[in-house]
Amino acid sequence: MRDVAVVGFTQSPSMRSEPDRNEVEILIPVIDALRKQTGLTSADMDFICSGSSDYLAGSSFAFVSGLDAVGAWPPVCESHVEMDGAWALYEAWVKIQMGYADTALVYGFGKPSMGDLPITMALQLDPYSVMPLWPDTLSIAGLQARHCLEKGILTFEQMAAAAARDRGHAKGNPNAQVKGDFTVEGILAEPFLANPLRKSDCAPISDGASAIVLAAGDRARELSKRPAWIRGIEHICEPMDLGVRDLGRSRSTEMAAAKAGVGKGKIDVAELSAPFTHQEILVERALGLGPDTKVNPSGGALAGNPLMAVGLSRIGECATRIWSGEADRAVAHATSGPCLQQNLVCVLEGE
Amino acid sequence: MAELTAVVGIGQTKYQAKRLDVSMPGMIREAAERALADANCTWKDIDAVIIGKAPDLFEGVMMPELFLNDAIGGAYKPMLRVHTAGSVGGSTGIVAASMVQSGVHDRVLCVAYEKQSESNATWALSIALPFSLATVAGAGGYFAPLVRGYIRRSGAPEDTGIRVAVKDRQNALRNPLAHLHLEDISFDLVANSPMLWDPIRYLETCPSSDGACAMVMEKASLASKRSGKVAWIHATEMRSEPTMFSGRDQVMPRATLDNAAALYKKAGITNPRREIDCAEIYVPFSWFEPMWMEGMLISERNEGWKMTYEGATAIDGDFPVNMSGGVLSSNPIGASGLIRFAEAARQVRGLAEKHQVDGAKKALGHAYGGGSQYFSTWIVSSEKP
Amino acid sequence: MSDANEAANEPIAVIRTPISLDYHYSAGQSASRFLRAIAQGKLLGQKCPVDGRVYFPSRGACPQHGVTFGDEVVELSDKGTVVTFSIVRVPSENIPLELPYITINVLLDGADTILIHVLDAKLEDVRMGMRVQAVWKPKEEWTTSTANILYFRPIDEPDASYDSYKEHI
Repeated sequence: MRDVAVVGFTQSPSMRSEPDRNEVEILIPVIDALRKQTGLTSADMDFICSGSSDYLAGSSFAFVSGLDAVGAWPPVCESHVEMDGAWALYEAWVKIQMGYADTALVYGFGKPSMGDLPITMALQLDPYSVMPLWPDTLSIAGLQARHCLEKGILTFEQMAAAAARDRGHAKGNPNAQVKGDFTVEGILAEPFLANPLRKSDCAPISDGASAIVLAAGDRARELSKRPAWIRGIEHICEPMDLGVRDLGRSRSTEMAAAKAGVGKGKIDVAELSAPFTHQEILVERALGLGPDTKVNPSGGALAGNPLMAVGLSRIGECATRIWSGEADRAVAHATSGPCLQQNLVCVLEGE
Repeated sequence: MAELTAVVGIGQTKYQAKRLDVSMPGMIREAAERALADANCTWKDIDAVIIGKAPDLFEGVMMPELFLNDAIGGAYKPMLRVHTAGSVGGSTGIVAASMVQSGVHDRVLCVAYEKQSESNATWALSIALPFSLATVAGAGGYFAPLVRGYIRRSGAPEDTGIRVAVKDRQNALRNPLAHLHLEDISFDLVANSPMLWDPIRYLETCPSSDGACAMVMEKASLASKRSGKVAWIHATEMRSEPTMFSGRDQVMPRATLDNAAALYKKAGITNPRREIDCAEIYVPFSWFEPMWMEGMLISERNEGWKMTYEGATAIDGDFPVNMSGGVLSSNPIGASGLIRFAEAARQVRGLAEKHQVDGAKKALGHAYGGGSQYFSTWIVSSEKP
Repeated sequence: MSDANEAANEPIAVIRTPISLDYHYSAGQSASRFLRAIAQGKLLGQKCPVDGRVYFPSRGACPQHGVTFGDEVVELSDKGTVVTFSIVRVPSENIPLELPYITINVLLDGADTILIHVLDAKLEDVRMGMRVQAVWKPKEEWTTSTANILYFRPIDEPDASYDSYKEHI
């Protein structure tokens, strides 16, 4: 396999609502900052791949306008996944592996504040038997949390502790949306939003975008003093039907983690994009993380959750900590679908 | 260096207006099962699944691949969902191929589909956004002015489009999977059909279809051992450019020209008209055959219409185009690009039955989308490169 | 009894699940300037800071260069040239116009990009290069929308030469 590294990363602040800017205007400064950070323009990119969702934007081909932010001229080698940007990064990594590209620009963007997100997400569910009931995101996640609590897989206290930890870490992250000094007692005193989930158990709704530059081998060494090498990347998708899955664990994360080699060495930093506290605990366990791993130093998805970019940003947050020397080995996680249906795991290392 | 990769299995549904007998999962499973049977494989033999389709608004399901994945054996496997506008079928084939070419997987399954009967595509494409006057009636409304631009530039005879429409529908009569089987197709029938988006007539447009197309691809070390015929992937290429900017040539976009040049260079082709035996080109409105003959550098600029006129693109011509009947005869939008790629592979495997071009060894598959701004293409051959 | 059995054997081919979602759509900062002007009956083109080309209508950013438009604006005439056109005879539920109608790609004088709009003319008269002018809604109905222009109509000027607009097809 070729050595491929993350050599550039920029993101917009996660905002509950971007009232003035459209998606392209959110994306342009992110791409622009990445140009300045890496010194590379679109013409220097052998491949470009993006992740976005038409249903967040409420119109077909929303990703086409994303291309306006890139300045795709002369014409570019480009593709798009209707998935989080983390999967766009995976596609770009594959293109570099096959020798099609040495450099790649990857970006993800979403503006969920345009619609009613928990309701919009009901359209992900089986259109014949489940979606007509319009179950919202919180209800679906609540079923899973209830299962985990009743089975003794986790406790309310553990869930609250995850939220308190992440929002505490987020105090140091200027791009985070929800941050501050939360306590377990304080969170447990919150009323239920969707029993057994409290407000602090849920990731915020965020508008935002992020972008990454990948480069292979010597090109990566030219572009970065300490490239964040991708040492393993894998993604696995479970069936959607909640009735055929073990909701008390994240089997697809376990499989992806094994394939990506998470357990081969100490993990200094983990960035997780689980949008609910109970899911974050399941992902932590699936990755086999121990007490010597700092989880979500940026605050993770519970502190800022720009859909379609949030997973990609986790990879970027890990990379920046490797560039700075704060971490030697890190793992990033992205998810999609109800109750952690599909998960991506990426292991990054410094040299 | 990329691993040499081959298409070893192809499966398609019958294309028709409404598949009321199957759900979306049932329909894509039908195509996938046929591809597996053709490849002599089972679900277990597949390492990863790639799914492609056009906008989610078409069927009203957000990221439908999530609920479809297990119907095609994707449970607990890697799965990617590709979406690049009308070229998505082609892009799906290219992404699937890259999964093997990169050495990441040994064998993958890709499926592209559309179930237009569960939707209203023209509605989904023409949602009225605020702050502007909605005047563009679907894809035909967008492309008709560009077709007029092509006619003005090239001086093509006004009946060129009619001739393409007749030829493709005649080819469709050879293809039992085609949606439209117009037994009485004739020049006059097309010429007298209603003008929908002047200069595009009703019978010069594609139908709206349900259907799915699937392919199995695997690495050379496995494919070489097969006794059956495989299609070797010699080159894939894609290019994109913005929808609109000042001075953009919308009739003959630079993205198509760059894409064609890069594709041929990779495939070692210097004279595409002579070296390629046949092509399946994305022609949703008849005039796009001559336009893309030029856009794919097969004909000289402004002379693509001559290939149609002189019968070069007929199934017995020197450069057969759309032997299957093309998009003009079957159009499950998200699958339409992959069907072009699949037909190219069927031709070089010698398995195209009644629409087989004799002795076809090298074929071009082509798809485009958006406002003529996304292009994806491949070259497949019966021989290793 | 037999009726019930028959109904039970009848395949369920179609279920209807009406979907209705509301969205808050933002024009964006850059396009807002253009829309506020059109609410005043002014057609403002925005200049690409890289090559100075004038964009109308504004998409908020120059797609060729990936930059937002700066403060430099150009007021355009409401006259222009038909670059290409189509006569539409297909109904579309989103479009409230009577069939057939003419859509035009019109290049406004002073602009470097085309606007897609409709033309009120005899079907046999429309042609590439035709000179046209906007017909506006009554002033009291103006809003932040290009729909303030009801349609274009032909004007008594000689056709523009093909060379003058061919770049915009």
